[in-house]
Amino acid sequence: MAVTLNEPRTKDSPVVRRGAGKNWEKWGWVYMRASGLVLVVMIFGHLYVNLYAGDGVSALDFAFVAGKWASPFWQWYDLVLLWLSLIHGANGMRTLINDYSISPIGTGLKKLLSPHFIMKSALLGATVVLLILGTLVIFTFDPCPVSSNPELLPSFCPAAS
Amino acid sequence: MSLKSTQLPTPTPSKSRTLRPTSLLNGRISLPKRPAGTVYRGREGMWSWVLHRITGVGIFFFLLVHILDTALVRVSPEAYNAVINTYKNPIMGLGELALVAAIGFHGLNGLRIILIDFWSVGTRNHRLMFWIVIALWIVLMLGFAPRHLMHVFGAQ
Ligand code: HEM
Repeated sequence: MAVTLNEPRTKDSPVVRRGAGKNWEKWGWVYMRASGLVLVVMIFGHLYVNLYAGDGVSALDFAFVAGKWASPFWQWYDLVLLWLSLIHGANGMRTLINDYSISPIGTGLKKLLSPHFIMKSALLGATVVLLILGTLVIFTFDPCPVSSNPELLPSFCPAAS
Repeated sequence: MSLKSTQLPTPTPSKSRTLRPTSLLNGRISLPKRPAGTVYRGREGMWSWVLHRITGVGIFFFLLVHILDTALVRVSPEAYNAVINTYKNPIMGLGELALVAAIGFHGLNGLRIILIDFWSVGTRNHRLMFWIVIALWIVLMLGFAPRHLMHVFGAQ
């Protein structure tokens, strides 16, 4: 097969890329590293307070969580942890789907029904639903719900016994 | 005489860990014992990647469940405590140990990946950094495991 070579020093023809210059893949790469740095510190703090300090796991119950989320500090701490870690994990799982499943060549229904597309949609769906759920739980949470067993409530609740 | 690449003997993996492109055998120069480019396979670089991937996936699926069980605080104190109490047994206690072990490795090795990417001599020292990660991970686990197991198995 004959191959035509360009004259030496001819300029490369301009590369036309999809997404017109926005390198999303690069920002994903940057995000994995930036969020990773913050996550090491925050996950260490999370595990230290919930699993190590005091009586460790045996102290976990509703009153423990309510005691923490009565303070805006822990509400925001857990919110940042939720968003950073879930998006980091989901983006990592996206890498695995890209690595192990072949992306469909077709379009339309052929694309919609391919395992690759279904897995990516399920991943995106689960991530979005859990981000919304977690955020709502943190900020609509009531540490002293009326009509529940007073013995299970944190000690600062008026109804607590 | 010229040799075509297809006539070369199939490379057999050598026992020794050091790569030697050529060696003297009976005074004659022999061909490489294994192909170049296998410094990665089966060594620190590969295993750190395998472990990073497996721990990452494990933590991700744990996180999905963890967000759901924590969401039960919004249902009722009874619902949350009921589910958390089913976690308070030795099997889940060992699971928590495995979880901390996985996060500990993933986090420390993540820092190693970042150093490889951004530190000018990171790539050159990636193997040493892998063993430093393992050492720090062992220290972390020695600090966590005894205390956690005491909480799980009842002693205070
Ligand atoms: C403790 C702090 C953490 C650090 C420092 C960290 C760091 C990293 C880094 C640097 C990568 C490599 C990304 C790449 O190669 O482009 C990565 C991948 C990944 N991380 Fe994390 N991470 C942390 C926590 C987490 C958590 C909490 C999860 C789960 C929710 C997670 C899940 C993943 C997954 C699934 C991958 C993809 C693995 C692969 O491509 O082989 N990581 N992490």
